[in-house]
Amino acid sequence: MATIADDLTPLHHPKTWIGKYVWSQDHKVIAIQYAVTAVSVGILALVLSFLMRLQLGFPGEFQFIQPDNYLQFVTMHGMIMVVYLLTALLLGGFGNYLIPLMVGARDMVFPFVNMLSYWVYLLSVIVLVASLFVPGGPTGGGWTLYPPQTILEGTPGASWGIIMMMASLAIFIVAFTMGGLNYVTTVLQARTRGMTLMRMPCSVWGIFVASIMGLLAFPALFVAAVMTILDSVAGTSFFVPTIISMGEQTGHEGGSPILFQHLFWFFGHPEVYIVALPAFGIVSDLISVHARKNIFGYRMMVWAIVIIGALSFFVWAHHMYVSGMNPYFGFFFATSTLIIAIPTAIKVYNWLLTLYRGDIHLSVPMLFAIAFLFTFIHGGLSGLFLGNVSVDVPLSDTFFVIGHFHMVMGVSPILVIFGAIYHWYPKITGRMWNNTLARAHFWITFLGAYAIFLPMHYIGMLGVPRRYYALGETMFIPDSVHYANMGITIAAGFVFAAQFLFFTNMIWSLFRGPKADPNPWGAASLEWHTPDTPPAHGNWGDKLPTVYRWAYDYSVPGAPRDFVPQNEPPPAAGPGDVKP
Amino acid sequence: MSLVSRLAEKSWETPGASPAVGGSDRPPAAKVVLVLYFGVAAVLFGLVTSAYLMRMGMPGMGHGEMGGWRPLAEPPLLWANTITLFLASFAWEAARISARRGRQAGIWAFSAGLLGIIFLIGQLMLWRELVAAGHGLRDDPAAAFFYLITALHGVHVLGGLYFWARALLGLGAGPGVALRIQLTATYWHFLLFVWLVMLGLFVAT
Repeated sequence: MATIADDLTPLHHPKTWIGKYVWSQDHKVIAIQYAVTAVSVGILALVLSFLMRLQLGFPGEFQFIQPDNYLQFVTMHGMIMVVYLLTALLLGGFGNYLIPLMVGARDMVFPFVNMLSYWVYLLSVIVLVASLFVPGGPTGGGWTLYPPQTILEGTPGASWGIIMMMASLAIFIVAFTMGGLNYVTTVLQARTRGMTLMRMPCSVWGIFVASIMGLLAFPALFVAAVMTILDSVAGTSFFVPTIISMGEQTGHEGGSPILFQHLFWFFGHPEVYIVALPAFGIVSDLISVHARKNIFGYRMMVWAIVIIGALSFFVWAHHMYVSGMNPYFGFFFATSTLIIAIPTAIKVYNWLLTLYRGDIHLSVPMLFAIAFLFTFIHGGLSGLFLGNVSVDVPLSDTFFVIGHFHMVMGVSPILVIFGAIYHWYPKITGRMWNNTLARAHFWITFLGAYAIFLPMHYIGMLGVPRRYYALGETMFIPDSVHYANMGITIAAGFVFAAQFLFFTNMIWSLFRGPKADPNPWGAASLEWHTPDTPPAHGNWGDKLPTVYRWAYDYSVPGAPRDFVPQNEPPPAAGPGDVKP
Repeated sequence: MSLVSRLAEKSWETPGASPAVGGSDRPPAAKVVLVLYFGVAAVLFGLVTSAYLMRMGMPGMGHGEMGGWRPLAEPPLLWANTITLFLASFAWEAARISARRGRQAGIWAFSAGLLGIIFLIGQLMLWRELVAAGHGLRDDPAAAFFYLITALHGVHVLGGLYFWARALLGLGAGPGVALRIQLTATYWHFLLFVWLVMLGLFVAT
């Protein structure tokens, strides 16, 4: 089967505008399609979160937010952010753009399947958004979609909404599988001459391992989605036990809600790392480039990514402590959860040691990378609390959990994504963004994120439950909680507004930004050394590059510049060396 | 260079040190993607198997008795379909060997696909038979799992038929034919393997 790893012949050359920009098989165009779609649906999720905050900060002031709507906002916000934005943007967007360029390939090995992957993803988004308009609206069962609640009358969207959600997820998984197989195969098969596995940038390692994890974890969600649809539509009893709903016994008998939870979290926990690992990889590259220093402990960083990926398949039930389980299982899952802290801590120390005595350039991508270190360490430490069964049980259904996971898998990867967009924007568009707007965007977003999520830890510690539409008059909730909620909502308003600075900057710079240098940051990795900026179709002109070194030769003593590109031959080639 | 030694490479010491990794020594991408997909499908069917065992209340799966579970009937058609899939796999193997030896593989490949279609039709007839015998989706969880698993497997068989059609269309189209038939045959062997595991699950429980 012809692939386009190393020659131009099978490369699909579009003749028309539609072939070039719509039904494109070029990984760069597909990456942008993925990114634009993911960000668009992400904006919807952002709006939903702000509506939730309006209700929590100023209860009852906004009459159009009713309890049903609130639960629907919670559900849609969570699912969109985790799956349709973060997963799609980091793997479909950055994965598509970066893998071929960073490993020196012309495109993905199966460009047609790659194109198909995007269009099937778009279909999943359309089905999801369509659920907003079906009778009863979208599902309001919480982003974890636990049955029997999600499919029983009384839960918003129990008739149509849940079916649309599950169908959309199943379609998404088909799309992801096509994309994921492509990413992994491209890394394994299409690396250019000299690009050994251990010369790949950390970004590629992160995306590569996350793709493998996605391929192995998403089938669990697929199975759960299909079985839930059958329980809902065909009346099977996979998950729904014998139950009385609205005063009447349903036709279900003997199903296991816990079974769904196992399937969901067998996907759900690796999903955290499917999002985190690409972010880990990308931030390693940002820190290294902008600190003008090789990444500290490269091999450790790579192995840590691999080990985190593997361990993440053995911790899923720590999301189910409150569901009840054999104490020995609880011990096992608590232990495995805490063990993950070891490779994760290795990564954090290595990022810090890369910064240590580096020539730190506080460019906007670097600011976002450093901000990530703050939020990730913060979210990681609160995770240690929740990993322990006895601490998790009282905190699990409180705002502490909201604060924790937003810090660790919401804000942290989003900060990396912003940093990455600012970092690679000049390569993708050939233009440079406005520095003032970008800095304003950074500071409001970073400080605002703390203003939003730090108080949530406090109100969670007080026992304020999550997912509640209104707290009402309750003895254990002091006035400070209401003030904190108001403050959080105001901060959320500022952060929400600050994103317009980002979008304005990106769109304005696309047309009016100054022409960018092909390698404005002085980066060593391959994608900055394409013959054209933005890279042309096929990426490398007539001849693929040859790689002679890793991607982290910065501030090398005796070198004429403070970086040495991966494709720069050594000064004196010896016998056995490859000639370019 | 072995995978271990590649991963143990000291990345920072390598400028100019024989970066002889190219594309020529790698297996075809289609072969790699097929192996990767086997991993995905194995997880998919493995998870359904776990769910089956958990739902039936298998000791050690965390639940105990769940209620409503009764063992599935095993009509003769179940065995007939299994034999059909066996024959399909056998025909694919014959096609693969013929193609590798440069002989005509068309008749074997054609028969293999035909047997695949017969298998699918047989599975549909099996569904009807089970429904007629009172094993509905609604009140028989074992049957519901059977329909789910056979449907998932059937979708993979349909995928196999797609590759079968592509292999047939590509017959006589040059040097890639042997590889295409080899990969399609491997895929069908995998389908047989999955089916045998699933059959074992149905029969043993």
